[in-house]
Amino acid sequence: MIQNLAFYLFSFILLASAVMVVTNRNPVHAVLFLILGFVNAAVLFLLAGAEFLAFILAIVYVGAVAVLFLFVVMMLDVDFASLHEGFQRYAPVGALVALIMFAELAFIAGSWAIAPAGGADRLFPTPTDVSNTVALGQLIYTAYLPLFQLSGVILLVAMIGAIVLTHRDRKRSLHQNISAQHARTPEQTLVMIRSPLGEGVALPQTQKEEETL
Amino acid sequence: MMPFWDTYIGILILTVLKTLALVVPLLIGVAYLTYFERKVMGAIQLRKGPNVVGPFGLWQPFADALKMLTKETIIPTGADKVLFVLAPMITFGLAIIAWAVIPVNNGWGIANINVGVLYLFAISSLGVYGVIIAGWASNSKYAFLGALRSAAQMVSYEVSMGFVMVTVLILAGSLNLNSIVLAQKHIWFAVPLFPLFIIFFISGLAETNRAPFDLAEGESEIVAGFFVEYSAMSFALFFLGEYANMIMISGMTTVLFLGGWLSPLPFLPSGVLWFLIKVFICLFVFVWVRATLPRYRYDQLMALGWKVFLPISLVYLVAVAGVVEYFGWLPHA
Repeated sequence: MIQNLAFYLFSFILLASAVMVVTNRNPVHAVLFLILGFVNAAVLFLLAGAEFLAFILAIVYVGAVAVLFLFVVMMLDVDFASLHEGFQRYAPVGALVALIMFAELAFIAGSWAIAPAGGADRLFPTPTDVSNTVALGQLIYTAYLPLFQLSGVILLVAMIGAIVLTHRDRKRSLHQNISAQHARTPEQTLVMIRSPLGEGVALPQTQKEEETL
Repeated sequence: MMPFWDTYIGILILTVLKTLALVVPLLIGVAYLTYFERKVMGAIQLRKGPNVVGPFGLWQPFADALKMLTKETIIPTGADKVLFVLAPMITFGLAIIAWAVIPVNNGWGIANINVGVLYLFAISSLGVYGVIIAGWASNSKYAFLGALRSAAQMVSYEVSMGFVMVTVLILAGSLNLNSIVLAQKHIWFAVPLFPLFIIFFISGLAETNRAPFDLAEGESEIVAGFFVEYSAMSFALFFLGEYANMIMISGMTTVLFLGGWLSPLPFLPSGVLWFLIKVFICLFVFVWVRATLPRYRYDQLMALGWKVFLPISLVYLVAVAGVVEYFGWLPHA
């Protein structure tokens, strides 16, 4: 009974915060509601007994993705007045898209049927003797190893792509060469000069050379 | 008829009692950590530290708390009021709830869950929200700059921290914190994983925004960073949250690397005292580092995280996995 109550409570918060994400005028508040939604989805995973997925969801989405998202949204300088200008004009198109999506979803959900003995016929039935972290590991690293590796390669390509697209070598920026700094000795940088009385000191040769480098 | 402690109400009462037994000493510890820090820094800088209120200045934390409580809470006009008030609560609350899974003695954790390490990692990665929300809700340039710095810093150092934890998991063969401590019965993980132990501790400094990584609050550049606009109790919550986080990171270091409650000498009994001593030593190093090292420059901080710690922890992870597999030392193999 307590589990059911908790399920309904957290599902309600999840749906409510999802609605708030869409309807909220303030983009930062919208992202914060999105994060609340993520947290509640993680709690629903927990209630379903999938603790590994729950915490991975919290770590990856809440802890990393949403932080960067919030980071970007906070820096946006959004002009709220211009946002509302197009609302009247685009409302019918948006409504049409929403209607089609909803109809499609209803179509699928209406014709969906679950075979009574479906659970037993699964290729990999849910194991009862190990925790779900172990069960997941046993599947990912055996039967689904190629797919798992492939998704890793896709992520790697995406990462390199993002770096290539955004990276430009700024010629004028100053970079610190730490190993060069550590390799410096006093002889390279320090010159003791005894200046003769009444005469100035010319810039020593070594220092000039260093400046041109 | 079920025994009373197995009914819902019984479980609730028992959990509340356990929580109180943990949180009350923890809060006293947080209060006296501020005193400890000031005393140790005083000794390092040849000063006396707090010595007026009570014998040896021992009532100083309570005097500070009273002062904070009686001051006026100021909310800036341009601030987002709800988030402004919420941010310090998030910071402090997260620092406290992380303790739910830390086992201070064999089986003494409040919740002995299967994925304790993931829980700790998730909670510590949520800590950044208190800082970001505070910086944004204050509607102040300095606070915002501090929040941006801190967000980038905490996300960066989490990455290498994660790889360090994965390496520990390979050796322990479990995500349960209790089992991880028990896996160190023969040798603490700090010995075979010594470089990672250092990386974890330094990342912990960065994660808690402590010196030398306290750029989020760098007084000399951005006044006080993300909590410039905070006063009275809301400031105190940030302040205490930082210290509670320090104790939490020390607890994590103790559990993952220093063998938790296990005794370092075979003829002495293991127990909660060892856990406390190890946490205490970690906290001393926290303070020692703060009193000794100057603040990092921002690009150096990022370079250290991404160009030094990340490659080392990645290579070490692969090397440890290879060695363990080659010699057949994998747990449950």
